[in-house]
Amino acid sequence: MKAEKNILTRNKLVIKSRTENLSEIRDFISSAAVNAGFTKETTDNIILAVDEACTNIIKHAYQYIPDGEIILTLKTAENIFTIEITDHGKSFEPGLIPNPDLKKYLDQRRVGGLGMYLMKTLMDEVKYESVPGKFNTVSLSKFINANGSK
Amino acid sequence: MAEFSTSVTDKGEVSTIFLKGFLDAHTAPMLENTFSGLIDKNRYSIVVNFKDLAYISSAGLGVFMAFIEIVRDNKGDIKLAAMTDKVYNIFDLLGFPLLYDIFKSEEEAINKFNETKNLES
Repeated sequence: MKAEKNILTRNKLVIKSRTENLSEIRDFISSAAVNAGFTKETTDNIILAVDEACTNIIKHAYQYIPDGEIILTLKTAENIFTIEITDHGKSFEPGLIPNPDLKKYLDQRRVGGLGMYLMKTLMDEVKYESVPGKFNTVSLSKFINANGSK
Repeated sequence: MAEFSTSVTDKGEVSTIFLKGFLDAHTAPMLENTFSGLIDKNRYSIVVNFKDLAYISSAGLGVFMAFIEIVRDNKGDIKLAAMTDKVYNIFDLLGFPLLYDIFKSEEEAINKFNETKNLES
């Protein structure tokens, strides 16, 4: 069933905006990160960062509409491994969302909103590009060190 | 689809929730239901055993934040136990050890509840 809906190539996964698809997204990223030479620990961090980005897209960009598209594209250049994640949902301004004061955040029992903090903490670079009404892309990058692993 | 399950064991006044598999935005509602079930039965002394939890994202962490207030307001607590290093690191990154008691084993967490109860009686 999933094979009909989702487009998967070695460097690209196009998948519907449903939380049930998060596990397939994680499997796709896991294989890619291992192939890029990352250690288990770094691979786990990349998987979590991508899960957080896609969860934010499902919740906020598509607001749980299940038939939105999430497009994951892998790019490896010299010493950097990048996952570009594009959606056609609602735009947002990442600059308006400050890093949370975690102690205060937890004291206030705020649920959610920690995903962006995790993405920034777990990855080396996080970039956003948004054209309202057209697309949003978040690019998550991790440096590959000289001997091909990190 | 990611596999996730919870099961609950009661030992005296303490209930232990065992987590297994992958806890993400898709499976977090299952854990919410488990917590709601305990609260409906007025069981507020809760240990969560993470031994078999393979993965957690912030959606999973949010469940613990959502229930801690009502549990502590009823003189209970949610104590966390037996995390793998991978899962502990995510809790640590988000500052959870400041606000939650985290134990190496389920037994230690249960004993802590019992010690507190003995001090009060």
